[in-house]
Amino acid sequence: MSSKLWAARAASYLKISFQYRGFATVIKDLKYADSHEWVKVEGNSATVGITDHAQDHLGDVVYVELPDEGAEVKQGASFGAVESVKATSDINSPISGKVVEVNTKLSDSPGLVNASPYESGWIIKVEINDADEVKSLMDSDQYSKFCEEEDAKH
Amino acid sequence: MAVSQTRDLGLPLIKLLRLKGVPILQQLHLEERLLRTSSDNWCIINDGTIDPTIVMGISGKPQELLEIESILRDDIPVIRRFTGGGTVIVDQGTIFVTFICNKDAVPGLQSYPQPIMSWSSLLYKKVFQGIGDFRLRENGILRAWRPQVWRECESITKNRWVHHTSFLWDYEISNMGYLKLPKRAPEYRQARDHLEFICRMKDYISRSSFIDRTIEAVGSEFLLRSAELEDAHCTLGSKFEPSSRLLRKQELGEAIFKSLTASQS
Repeated sequence: MSSKLWAARAASYLKISFQYRGFATVIKDLKYADSHEWVKVEGNSATVGITDHAQDHLGDVVYVELPDEGAEVKQGASFGAVESVKATSDINSPISGKVVEVNTKLSDSPGLVNASPYESGWIIKVEINDADEVKSLMDSDQYSKFCEEEDAKH
Repeated sequence: MAVSQTRDLGLPLIKLLRLKGVPILQQLHLEERLLRTSSDNWCIINDGTIDPTIVMGISGKPQELLEIESILRDDIPVIRRFTGGGTVIVDQGTIFVTFICNKDAVPGLQSYPQPIMSWSSLLYKKVFQGIGDFRLRENGILRAWRPQVWRECESITKNRWVHHTSFLWDYEISNMGYLKLPKRAPEYRQARDHLEFICRMKDYISRSSFIDRTIEAVGSEFLLRSAELEDAHCTLGSKFEPSSRLLRKQELGEAIFKSLTASQS
């Protein structure tokens, strides 16, 4: 069965809407940074992770460096890192605020970032300062196009 | 004349910093500072480091990677560096080559781990052209060659990346005894121990020739400008604190305890 069909069945089961573009999945209701992080804003709370495009290009994640709860994060600035094949890569926050929860499961199972980048592979939850910051982020269509253009350049 | 003009036109500028015998921790601190606070491209070549030192990647667990009791007995320093990847033991027989670049410095290069490693492999292919029995790896990915004479690792930020390599120009066999076989070894390693897997570069090329060839290879992709250590320090932001650090003996002792606890459970 094709991966696209599996993705469609999984989305239907999980009751999430999604678009499938090429090999990387993009979720419709999330917002995206040009450094390939996603954010889901619900009121003054936000969940942050890295995108399917990012995890695919990074390779198998073997370690996630998480910030402390209570740490301040700033839009566009690094708050942690993922380690994949011989490399650490910064994770940049798409939103400013205070870290209220980190995904401790990633300590024992860093591969969740690869297997489920938008669900169980979430990285931090943030109490946001300014909801208007999301206006500077891309929606799913814009992010899909951004990824296609970025990959086409190389 | 026309050829040299063509080569100079359109090549990104890179500052070449040649060091000799700089301690590896000092080198790592410099690299991390340049990565985070400089906007220039840098190539750093450090010809050897003073004392044998073990350098682990960011997530390295001493109890899994090191023969800690021997290390404590012989007072070997252990550093946790800011980049990913595995564990090496470095000394005066190691030659370090590091690239710190803006993400757009190399045309067409995506700043992700595998493309950067492939780019560096191509560059080092030029260095080792016609020397020894070096062949490119399989799997469609340009990787380090057999026999293994180098170890590489990277760190990637939003707008810049660093790729550093330690070349085994020479090494002490006894030093390899401080390292365990890693659990997360790459497939090409196939559970071979260190001595089976590596060789001395000095059996193939002289030290000065390797460095000259490296500089020539870098010059084929960048416009080189020589820099001094003072130049590098002048460009650095004063507030940044590098994260690479020396592990305390207490931490290594605790790692032995963890190892014993894990083996009993």
